[in-house]
Amino acid sequence: MGEEVNVRSAIHFASAALLLAALSLGSAQLAAAADIPDPAADAKAFQKFFTQKFPKVKLDDFVNGPYSMNEDMHRQWEEKEQFPPYDFSLDLGKEMFSKPFRNGKSYADCFPNQGIGIRQNYPTFDEKEGKVITLELALNRCREANGEAPFSYVKDEMAALTAYMAFTSRGKPFDIKIPNDPRALEAYQNGKRYFYTRRGQLNFSCASCHVQNPGERIRAEVLAPALGILNAMPIYRSEWGGMGTISRRFTTCNSQIRGVPLEPQSDEYRDLEYYLSYVSNGLPISGPGARP
Amino acid sequence: MRDNMLKSVLALTAVLLIAGATSARAASSEADFKAAYAAAEAANKEAASLRNQWTTTAAALAAAKKAADSGDFDQAVASSKEAEALAKASIFQATSEKEAWKALEIR
Repeated sequence: MGEEVNVRSAIHFASAALLLAALSLGSAQLAAAADIPDPAADAKAFQKFFTQKFPKVKLDDFVNGPYSMNEDMHRQWEEKEQFPPYDFSLDLGKEMFSKPFRNGKSYADCFPNQGIGIRQNYPTFDEKEGKVITLELALNRCREANGEAPFSYVKDEMAALTAYMAFTSRGKPFDIKIPNDPRALEAYQNGKRYFYTRRGQLNFSCASCHVQNPGERIRAEVLAPALGILNAMPIYRSEWGGMGTISRRFTTCNSQIRGVPLEPQSDEYRDLEYYLSYVSNGLPISGPGARP
Repeated sequence: MRDNMLKSVLALTAVLLIAGATSARAASSEADFKAAYAAAEAANKEAASLRNQWTTTAAALAAAKKAADSGDFDQAVASSKEAEALAKASIFQATSEKEAWKALEIR
């Protein structure tokens, strides 16, 4: 009798321990699941947020930034597009792109499909290097590999080259891939964190302007929605009196909120571009663009 | 003799009083500036390691150096202290944002 009770209590004890173990394992898995980024779900939620906030704006029209937010501006822009201010840069880019390097090779040799119609695939994740490769970075690496000096990331030549490459991809939807590599997912997550992190003395994140306040004015400017914000890059900005690349956009955003900008093409900016491009997957490339 | 003693005591008191008064409203020295500037620079370096420096910190540091170069150590110390306060605020921001950014995320 005594032995039977002992066996019974042992069984109870064991099953309770098993239950506890199962519970703690389950909760650990749940916690892990909450921490693992889900880019596909993020992109869906991101696009839903903007289409619900602006039900009158067609999904593809978000790539037109402030022009999608305001009818008057949209009309002005359509007229401006007949003689677009980025035309000079586009012509220069086309010329530069086709001109061979001193070693006889050219940009076309560095890219798939000779560099034509591929803008929508950048940034890519390089599994060999374990890092994000933006188009601007790939262009300078191409130059360096062929014995040419790299260009400034923020304007002029770099803007001209990316303007031409974007132009050959106009209308093609962003198609950013995140390979099954934990480092790619980490880069994506780092980019997302950068996007939402407040910085600078003004305590703004990218999202403060481009998620919480698109369509609103910040002084004389109408803020662009984050959805599709890179599809139009590079851009001619009247405020800058010239062309600017994605690098220029990121660094000036940072200094405008009184933060010291990072180096163009630093890991943070590359990851940010990766995140922002991924969540705009499916929206067409519209670059080069023009902005007030 | 006694008069003379009184005079010298009075003179000494006057000297001490003047010395006391000037030291109470003492101008900052170059050493004060150097200490304040080093503290501000150290905080700004920490902000740099968090990849979160502010442009206003850099401006206050530059203003401190400019004031020191022109011999205005009061202003140099004041600007250094401002720079240190700004750098510390940027460190606080970077630290609190390590978790706080998630509150803004679109889900």
